[in-house]
Amino acid sequence: MSNRRAIAAATALVLSAAAPAAAQTLTVGLGSEPSALDPHYHNLGPNNAMARHLFDTLILQDERQRLTPGLALSWKPLDDTTWEFKLRPNVKFHDGTAFAASDVAFTLKRAPDVPRSPASFGIYIKPITGVEIVDPLTIRFKTAAPYPLLPNDISTVAIVSQKHGENATTEDYNSCKAAVGTGPYKCVERVAGDRVVMARNDAYWGGAQPWQRVVFKPIKSAPTRVAALLAGDVDLIDDAPTADIERLKKDARLSVVQGVSNRVIYLHLDSDRAESPGIADKQGNPLKANPFKDPKVRKALSKAINRPAIVDRVMEGVAIPAGQLLPDGFFGVSSKLRVEPFDPEGARKLLAEAGYPNGFRVTLATPNDRYINDEKIAQAIAQMLTRIGIETKVDAMPGAVYFGRASKLEFSLMLVGWGSGTGEASSPLKSLLASFDQAKGMGAANRGRYSNPQMDRLLERALATVDDKGREALLQQATEVAIGDLGIVPLHFQVNTWAMKKAVKYDARTDEATLATGIKRAN
Amino acid sequence: MTAIAEPVAARPPAETPLRRFWSEFAANRLALFGLAGFVAVATIALAAPWISPQNPYDLAKIDILDGRLAPGAVGMDGVRFWLGTDDQGRDMLSAIFYGLRISLGVGASSTVLAVTIGGVLGLLAAYAGGRVETLIMRVVDIQLSFPAILIALVLLAVLGQGLGKIVVALVAVQWAYYARTIRGTALVERRKEYIEAAECLALSRNRILFRHLLPNCLPPLIVVATVQVAHAIALEATLSFLGLGLPITEPSLGLLIANGYEYMLSGKYWISFFPGLALLAAIVSINLMADQLRDVLNPRLKA
Amino acid sequence: MLAVVIRRSMQSVVVLAAMSVLVFLGVYVVGNPIDILISPDADQAERARAIAALGLDRPAHEQYLVFLGGALVGDLGRSFVHNMPALKLILERMPATIELALAAMALAIAIGIPLGLWAGLRPNTASGRAIMAGSILGFSLPTFWVGLMLIMVFAVMLGWLPATGRGPTATYFGITTSLFTLKGWAHIAMPAFNLALFKMALVIRLSRAGVREVLPMDYIKFARAKGLSARRVLWVHVFKNILIPVVTVLGLELGNVIAFSVVTETVFAWPGMGKLIIDSINLLDRPVVVAYVLVVTAMFVVLNLTVDLLYSLLDPRVRLAEVKA
Repeated sequence: MSNRRAIAAATALVLSAAAPAAAQTLTVGLGSEPSALDPHYHNLGPNNAMARHLFDTLILQDERQRLTPGLALSWKPLDDTTWEFKLRPNVKFHDGTAFAASDVAFTLKRAPDVPRSPASFGIYIKPITGVEIVDPLTIRFKTAAPYPLLPNDISTVAIVSQKHGENATTEDYNSCKAAVGTGPYKCVERVAGDRVVMARNDAYWGGAQPWQRVVFKPIKSAPTRVAALLAGDVDLIDDAPTADIERLKKDARLSVVQGVSNRVIYLHLDSDRAESPGIADKQGNPLKANPFKDPKVRKALSKAINRPAIVDRVMEGVAIPAGQLLPDGFFGVSSKLRVEPFDPEGARKLLAEAGYPNGFRVTLATPNDRYINDEKIAQAIAQMLTRIGIETKVDAMPGAVYFGRASKLEFSLMLVGWGSGTGEASSPLKSLLASFDQAKGMGAANRGRYSNPQMDRLLERALATVDDKGREALLQQATEVAIGDLGIVPLHFQVNTWAMKKAVKYDARTDEATLATGIKRAN
Repeated sequence: MTAIAEPVAARPPAETPLRRFWSEFAANRLALFGLAGFVAVATIALAAPWISPQNPYDLAKIDILDGRLAPGAVGMDGVRFWLGTDDQGRDMLSAIFYGLRISLGVGASSTVLAVTIGGVLGLLAAYAGGRVETLIMRVVDIQLSFPAILIALVLLAVLGQGLGKIVVALVAVQWAYYARTIRGTALVERRKEYIEAAECLALSRNRILFRHLLPNCLPPLIVVATVQVAHAIALEATLSFLGLGLPITEPSLGLLIANGYEYMLSGKYWISFFPGLALLAAIVSINLMADQLRDVLNPRLKA
Repeated sequence: MLAVVIRRSMQSVVVLAAMSVLVFLGVYVVGNPIDILISPDADQAERARAIAALGLDRPAHEQYLVFLGGALVGDLGRSFVHNMPALKLILERMPATIELALAAMALAIAIGIPLGLWAGLRPNTASGRAIMAGSILGFSLPTFWVGLMLIMVFAVMLGWLPATGRGPTATYFGITTSLFTLKGWAHIAMPAFNLALFKMALVIRLSRAGVREVLPMDYIKFARAKGLSARRVLWVHVFKNILIPVVTVLGLELGNVIAFSVVTETVFAWPGMGKLIIDSINLLDRPVVVAYVLVVTAMFVVLNLTVDLLYSLLDPRVRLAEVKA
């Protein structure tokens, strides 16, 4: 024991001696680790956030996911199927070579086509059928059909250097060898599972960053992440667990930043099949008809859920009750839709009208490692549904099992979340609510197989309308139709929480990303 | 050498075996304490449905609006929660009673099954030798290197969630362990003279295995097994912690602790602390009792 | 002895083959990794592309044969998640875990055996009983709970030790480990203790049981009667006899600690193999899981062989001939 004490004391000495130098270093504790530094390998939140430090995109998304100039100074449609981008002059890669339109063209070739990529950027680049380099600082994109979302989609793709990217493998990026971008930080080293280290890029076009070095440490276990912050090992953590927020707020050495995200947590119901696997009558015999096909039952279910109680008790106040697909302020949000009020009496009445006065039994499937408090929300909903007569059993499982089974349509009622990567309403409408259509690439995540031709038509028109005003109106109408019909039952929008030492501050981002570029010294 | 006189089978019958056993057991006051604790815990576990203020597994009975109440608080419909409530509004006292029932059941049944399977196979391997031994021991190798989490995940994916599946997973994880432990001991024992003597007497193979070899291999097995009951309960808690355990609406003690884990830093200690205390009480009393039991039953301490 | 080793190695090949089929099938039935790895935005065409890119469009037996073909030339496949050779990924993480496992085992033995001997020699004293009762605490509480408690007390409240991660490494004599740096020791102290707790309890109980059993035996009485010093009787005669069960169990436990220190590594964010395997299982990264289990199996085979050979050294009654199985 005394030995360890001695070691601890000695370490404390070493640490305090190193303190002045450490002030230039920012240490960030991350809840999820990026799987690679190759910005095109895996289109996933943590990877994309990490790539933002080393690379820029043509168009950046600010903390509200609004589009702002990045490597492109301006962009405009020349006609319905041609977009022209003017590039930023005098931008240099980390090795000093100049950035030019040829790098953009190279990126568009590489991004959809990284070998063995489990999730490529092809979905954002596919509509571009031709690239034309007008001069080193002007580039044009041709599309086959009108493509109003091009700026949103292109804002997700990191521009890499052609010089270093040619023939570079994912491993070359991971080892920092090829990870030479134009971004505010340079790649120093990556030790998988332990840390990613970056150094300031003094020649950054957007001005120098406040930190000389940034160290990202993946700490997956939430209480450990909090403890690391409390112990002072890290300066900032993301994804602070709701249970600890109260305590973190009280701590005089720390501050907490919260912001609503683009992620809605919702229930998906099997509204398609005549008989659904997880539904039975009160005696446990399979029901001959699928009650969720009836919009009245779906409405009853929505009325039975006490959203403010879930937000207050399960989420400890850290969420916002949801009445549609995206929170206020996003493109395509309808001002007509309201959060469904809690009304158990009305719910029972609707159930009786639909022919289920005694209710029925259903299994609510939920992941238990995916969304904030996912299985607890499911339990709370099970309580509420059971009270109006829909006897609900919770089947919680890890995402590894859950998503495969959900995609195989093994569930009748499931809890899922959706974050809009493009920051506007077409993303959830297209994936969750449009009729499942292999050929058109619609409804890929529509696991309830909801289908409404009126909404499909509205969405299709919206996706072809280049004019922003016209498109927003169509998206709003499509949302109103689908939510009015309860194609999905929205529960709440997640609010993300970052906790940090008082010495630093952070602007909460709707895309859930933790960016060192947003972490400033607090004075 | 008096080795031949050692085995249980050769021991002369005592006048009143039960009384002698009891007086030997009671010689250790800690063991008596353990016994009392165990009786209390077992009674609570068995009587849980009748003595709990609330049925914590009935979703219609618990209310999220009662969630995270401190010990002694009064809920929405005037019921007092002596040990507070968890995040779902479950009465902790009732949840602990029910959880004790599940945890003890899971721990005991999986250990008994695993000891039986592992013990028989290990003994057989050591005694039979040759191909039988090779086969058994290689299966053991396979089993030991198969991650418990993967077994649990596969069972969860194929069979779904449930009490029975957790027991299966725990047995699958543990039997090989016993097989190896008992084989190690049996290898030594079987070379001893009393086995040779038994073989000379042309006793049947089963008789030699179970009447002579087994009792003498038992002490280390019992040591490991009593520790493992606790370990099985803890393993179940760990699987729950990793999201692979029992259904969350029917929590065991381990699951209660795992659920309360995230509240430990936040000052809501009771969600995790009281179930932890109950688990500790159960395991300590089982082991205090088992320690003495083992010493009393050990034929070799009776020289 | 050589014959024993050769025979074991041949059996091991069969074990490894059986193992690879089992794990392959196991991960296959859990689900399709694409469902977890793919970007939620992806449409059906992108999904099909990703499935083909990872070779998951082929029937299961073909996928297995592809794997087998690679395995025969030493290629255990590439990670679906990291796009790196699975074996390389595992070997990169191995030193951190081995370091942690050895530290934990050393702690367990250094504390466990003396306490166990003491409790065995004085079974009816207060100190002996206190040791036994105390050892129960070592395995009563779930590892994750104790781990977080340690962090709370030593990192958050007292501030003596860093809360998470592995310390900086240094290289001497061709070995790179964080045990060569002072900060490394500070980092490893808590996870090693956390991991050692259960083993320590086991060692205490096994050695106590061993002592209790050996003491009444004739050869000990004989040795005492012969006038040998108490110390000699203890360290030569008693000690030798308690080693067999201790070695068996510790051999297994060492394997276990190296292979499955999942919880401790997760709680302390220790960048070792345990964290890799749990992450890989959660993402259904089949090549890594299969390669991992094969590596671990090979390790267990070697460990078991070593333990068996040790038996024959520790106890002359077990002849080498029996070890060959």
